[in-house]
Amino acid sequence: MLKGVSSLNSDDIVNKVKLEQKADKKKEKIYRLLIRFIFLSSLIFIWHLVVNTNIFEQVLFPSPKEVVLTLWAGFYDGSFYIAVIASLKRLLIGYVISLIIGIPLGLGMGRVNWLNDTIGMFVLGLQALPSICWLPLAVLWFGLNEMAIQFVVIMGSLLSITLSVRDGVKSIPPIYLKAAQVLGATKIKLYTHVLIPASLPSVITGAKLGWTFAWRALMAAELIYISNGIGSILAMGRELHDMAIMVSAMVIIIIIGLFFDKLVFSTLEEYVHVRWGG
Amino acid sequence: MPRIELKNVSKIYFSNSVFVYALKDITLTIEDSDFLCIVGPSGCGKTTLLNVIAGLTNIERGEILVDDMPIKGPGTDRVVMFQEPALFPWLNVVQNVAFGLRMAGLLKEESFERARALLRLVKLSKFEKAWIHQLSGGMKQRVALARALALDPGVLLMDEPFAALDAQTRDMLHEELEMLWLETGKTIIFVTHNVREAVRLGNRVILMTARGGLIKKEYNISLPRPRHIEDKDVIEFARIIRDDLREEVLKVAEGGEQFE
Repeated sequence: MLKGVSSLNSDDIVNKVKLEQKADKKKEKIYRLLIRFIFLSSLIFIWHLVVNTNIFEQVLFPSPKEVVLTLWAGFYDGSFYIAVIASLKRLLIGYVISLIIGIPLGLGMGRVNWLNDTIGMFVLGLQALPSICWLPLAVLWFGLNEMAIQFVVIMGSLLSITLSVRDGVKSIPPIYLKAAQVLGATKIKLYTHVLIPASLPSVITGAKLGWTFAWRALMAAELIYISNGIGSILAMGRELHDMAIMVSAMVIIIIIGLFFDKLVFSTLEEYVHVRWGG
Repeated sequence: MPRIELKNVSKIYFSNSVFVYALKDITLTIEDSDFLCIVGPSGCGKTTLLNVIAGLTNIERGEILVDDMPIKGPGTDRVVMFQEPALFPWLNVVQNVAFGLRMAGLLKEESFERARALLRLVKLSKFEKAWIHQLSGGMKQRVALARALALDPGVLLMDEPFAALDAQTRDMLHEELEMLWLETGKTIIFVTHNVREAVRLGNRVILMTARGGLIKKEYNISLPRPRHIEDKDVIEFARIIRDDLREEVLKVAEGGEQFE
């Protein structure tokens, strides 16, 4: 018998395998990050080469260097920073209002048939309308102010949040409710301890969808309507014929979108994944 | 002392513009600490019978008494174990077992302590922190059993709880359930389509008719315990019931059912 092996008890072996698996996972993670990094760098490098060939006019096709410099300058003098804060503030206010109204409304529609037959039908119909179509109306109602933009954001996210929460509640297996009733869950506790947690996966899906819709509605509104957000910087770039500003604004929009998708929603989805599996 | 009494209980379903009796004029007395098994061809109303005792289904006529009191909906004195484990995926194992206790208003610490004791009983102490999807089918039903026992109900209603499990796991759970019943003296009503399972577990077996929601026959099983599903006597007894059951199954196959 090998000395090294015989001296190990079973716990040591389990620990060793665990450590090895952990190391393997780490290696894979680093490897995947590296691949992404190489891909992105080559993309920027190709961009750089294409600009250098001068096939396109410099005014219409900025180099990566110009974009980086514009981004730096924009954040340095504070103008991009102010724009990001202004846009995010609008977005968060509109989005939080949508969540506060949409989640209970969706829960109610999923459980109460007459609510679903009335408001549900109405919400479904309104959802067919792209939320930016509300802007002209909102400007007349609220004037040229924050309220008008926020209204468009809310119309973008509220409806989709409501509908996915409703669908989630409707798809809760009835056996959960039966089991809970048998175990003594009464009306209010049935909501707080069963219906709401059971619909968590679809609430998160709805929240994510609502976020996407809110973000798009906001950018559309800011592009059309002069304000001090990121969308307005994009519009300003067009007026100044400054491609570097426009691309910078687009980069910022992408980064903000990725940030929330990866950090906020991935964390929430992981929470569900751990519990529900699959 | 009778624990549960059904007096002229009828349950009618309306389907395809025909009235169908799921239960017709059922009168049944279940003594305290009895182990009653209900068998019958699928669609005979055996699950309905369990659900009306549980209070999950309303009845059109008759009366159901538990401890001499008419029932009003579901109650924690009669906990149901379903064919699916119906465990809550947003709670871990110990939280699932403690669910009923939490509903009853017990504090977290106290309810977890009792839940842990039950997990020891069903031999799942090591898994108290696991999530439901990480468990095998047999483990899930063990957790469901622990959850049902947490409220210490006098009556345990079981609706084909082991039907989806493999034979070895089912054998083990039969043994555990028999032990539990011998130790605690709970009243158990166990619905199954598996005649041998009914004979292996029950003190009494009720056979329901294929249609019309009637009790066709009743059998007293006075075989010694602990039993085993492969005992010669269990097999012999099951054969007698199976012959009666086959008669009912054939009736359905021939389409000879009568609606009223």
